[in-house]
Amino acid sequence: MDGGFTDIEARLARLRGGQLPETYDARKIAALAGNPGCRRRSVLDAAAVEKRRVASYIGFPAPFGQSPFAMARESAFQAQVKDNGAMELLALLREVLGLDLAEAHYDDLGDVAGNVNQGLRYAHTRQVLTAVPQRRGTMFDHPLLRFRVAGRHAYLQPDLVAFRHDATFHVVMVRSFPVIDGQADSSGVAAAAIQSAVFVLALRDLLAGAGLDGDAMVHHETVLVTPRDFANQPVASLLDVRKQLATVRRQVARMDRVEDIIAPLPGDLTFDLDADDKGVPRRRPGDLADAVGCVPASYSPECLGACEMCFFCREEASEHGDTGVLGKAVREDLGGIESVARALRLARGQGPGPVPPDLAEAATIVRRAARLRGEAMAGDGAVPGHGAVPGAGTVINEGTGAS
Amino acid sequence: MTTLTALARALAVESGYAQPVRTVRHVHLSDRPLVFIPLQLAGEANAPLAALVGDDREKPRLLAVYEPRNRNQRFEFAAELAESVILPYIEGYAAGEPGEKDAYADAPQVLVPGPAAVTFTRLLGRSTRFRRTDGEWAVPASVPVLGWWLTYLAERAEHPSSSLLLPMTKALSAHWATGQSEAEDQNLASLVRWIAPPPGMTGFEAAREAEDPQAWPPAGPATDPDFDRDVLVGLIAMIRDASGVGGAALERARGALAAALATQLEQTWALMWQGVDLLRSLPEGGHVAGRWGDDRFSFTTNMRYFREGGFPQARRDGAVRAAARLSRLEREQRELEVGSAYDDPLVMAEYRMTGEAFRGTVTEAQRDRRVQEPGKKGAGALRPLIVVEAAEDVLVAPDAKVTCPAHPKQKGVVRDVRPQPGGATVRVEIELSGGMGRGSGPAPAGTMPAVGEAVVYTTLTGEFMPLPKFPDPELTPWTHGGPPPPYVPRDEDGNEAWQ
Repeated sequence: MDGGFTDIEARLARLRGGQLPETYDARKIAALAGNPGCRRRSVLDAAAVEKRRVASYIGFPAPFGQSPFAMARESAFQAQVKDNGAMELLALLREVLGLDLAEAHYDDLGDVAGNVNQGLRYAHTRQVLTAVPQRRGTMFDHPLLRFRVAGRHAYLQPDLVAFRHDATFHVVMVRSFPVIDGQADSSGVAAAAIQSAVFVLALRDLLAGAGLDGDAMVHHETVLVTPRDFANQPVASLLDVRKQLATVRRQVARMDRVEDIIAPLPGDLTFDLDADDKGVPRRRPGDLADAVGCVPASYSPECLGACEMCFFCREEASEHGDTGVLGKAVREDLGGIESVARALRLARGQGPGPVPPDLAEAATIVRRAARLRGEAMAGDGAVPGHGAVPGAGTVINEGTGAS
Repeated sequence: MTTLTALARALAVESGYAQPVRTVRHVHLSDRPLVFIPLQLAGEANAPLAALVGDDREKPRLLAVYEPRNRNQRFEFAAELAESVILPYIEGYAAGEPGEKDAYADAPQVLVPGPAAVTFTRLLGRSTRFRRTDGEWAVPASVPVLGWWLTYLAERAEHPSSSLLLPMTKALSAHWATGQSEAEDQNLASLVRWIAPPPGMTGFEAAREAEDPQAWPPAGPATDPDFDRDVLVGLIAMIRDASGVGGAALERARGALAAALATQLEQTWALMWQGVDLLRSLPEGGHVAGRWGDDRFSFTTNMRYFREGGFPQARRDGAVRAAARLSRLEREQRELEVGSAYDDPLVMAEYRMTGEAFRGTVTEAQRDRRVQEPGKKGAGALRPLIVVEAAEDVLVAPDAKVTCPAHPKQKGVVRDVRPQPGGATVRVEIELSGGMGRGSGPAPAGTMPAVGEAVVYTTLTGEFMPLPKFPDPELTPWTHGGPPPPYVPRDEDGNEAWQ
């Protein structure tokens, strides 16, 4: 087993090539769990490839970035909340968790005598968090956790504070999107909930590894600290993440074991940019794109907000003519037919050959839709003049084989 | 999403151009809409950065905030937006005082790029409507007024049938299907270019080109993070430095920021008006004027309440108000669906798809058929019968109530549904009543479908259950929190954002 693990590590290192491994964070795991069937993403993430760099080198730069203003705001708010031994935070936690603590100890685990080695930091975190509780309330800032995903351990460097009261931990997340009149941006809350679920699982793992009852010790209610209304005043809310815990657990379990994904890939496959001493890549972009293309992806429009490779995969799926490019709902409405060309051939009643039995129902649906559309657009001169809009008046041609 | 829309998307992929999914326009479009494109600073809670706004496409007005994190400047922006654009525009539709049961002849219409700009409008309304115009944190008098109206517009935007505040991406994607996903349709530039690409390009090519945020800045309110990093950070720092010096250096720095912000807004301005043109190219649906009438009444009522010194809208609705509002929204949604289907054969086709409507040809018409109702004397009531032969599956059953969109006031009851020998057509008997005048003879020609006419009959009707009765707010039962406390302006409402 040990030998196999090393082999995998060596294989992943070769896939990554000369680039520095990219660190995992909860955001990435949450995104991966959102599309567990994507082998391409699993491999690239397991090999810690810097996807942003690869994507832009092969001509499909990621469509999203983070504004320096947003980052500055996030860290300013975190600093404010954690200032003075996290006084403000403690007051909020007392209120939201209903504790009668006068004070709590604040431990920063971010710095192990100036050592930034991840293994050391993790060991330190584990040592501190599994020690017998000596104080009633303790806050741990910047712990380093570990999470097993796609067959391999990933270190998480959360911006979280773990709060321990007696023997129970609560995961605390500080986010800078506002809660206005008791309502927050739902996508922000959803993202925070799934990320804190990843932290809860990682923390439970850590405690279980030390022979403790992690499930009982880490509470499924996490604390989200955000600014209130339009001011900088923080407010804490409880998030019940039981549903997210189940989702992450299920998706991570479903995720193909990375060994199995790597096994059929060519042995010399690598995503190396082949940088020279000055860091300038020498590899032909087309060659790298071919290498990425070796690992099958499963693209859907949801990838657009979540994965740096999305434009590359979208292009690939478009060239294939996949109906999935239009969204899952469209594919379902077309009776589950996977190819645009096929759906339209069936709609027009064109061959080749008879309709296979598994597509008979879908074919009936799209044929009927095509007939109704043609009728509605041709009927009573109801189609308005679209002179300025090329192609916009196109009607489906039934059975003529045109287009 | 429906199968017909999905099919249109597939056709758009194949042809490379967006495909119509509506044959008429289902939203109202003003002769003089106000286009409002706000930008906000990333990371902050509703910090306005700039806006390009106006009702004349040749003369957009640029408003900029030179230090978006400075709260005083935020309210200066709000005051300028209110005084120079929004309030004069709104007041322009409210000259005079219509009678108790009348409405203003027209109402304002604000067009924004997309749903995110509606959220921005709602939050800007929320952050300004409670401001005080006296005391320590006084703001210009126009600021809370702006908040009042922006809150009203954002609330109307949640009504399915309202066009007072209209997000352009939503209006366009309701009428055209592109060859991309709904998520990608949120990008105004790529959506418009799928529908109307420049000469020599397919919609697909033009849309892909428009995804480059450098060439096609986002329509906001979020800015391009690269613009923030490469341009905005430096310019805001320059203004901060120049603030100490003042004079020409500060003017120069502000000019540079305004010019940079303009580059992020001008293309969206052009796209918004191109969207207006595209929507205008569609003839207006028959029910649109009626829905706009509801908007005009709503606007009139609110203007009256505002002029009577009405309080700013509550932070949250009380239980009774919330329930009544939800019930109204659901009813409006249903009315919109029915109205759209009656106006537009492509929408009706969706109901034919699901069996809620069918189309056929009238083969028989008994115009003078009468039915003796039990216990009544005389010649009996006029109940003409028509036979419709439909060449499609008919899922409506006998006794179903049906209506023909061409004769919306005439009620029909299905009496018989019988597939014809051979199975190619279905014979449907429909008994008609109403909408045939008051004469004593047979139904006059033209008041009911005639032999040979192609007709559509649908179970969708414009008749609705009356709205449920809700108690007065003072009688809110304890299960729903009891009566809400009456609103009293508080000092803390006026200064919250300065804490």
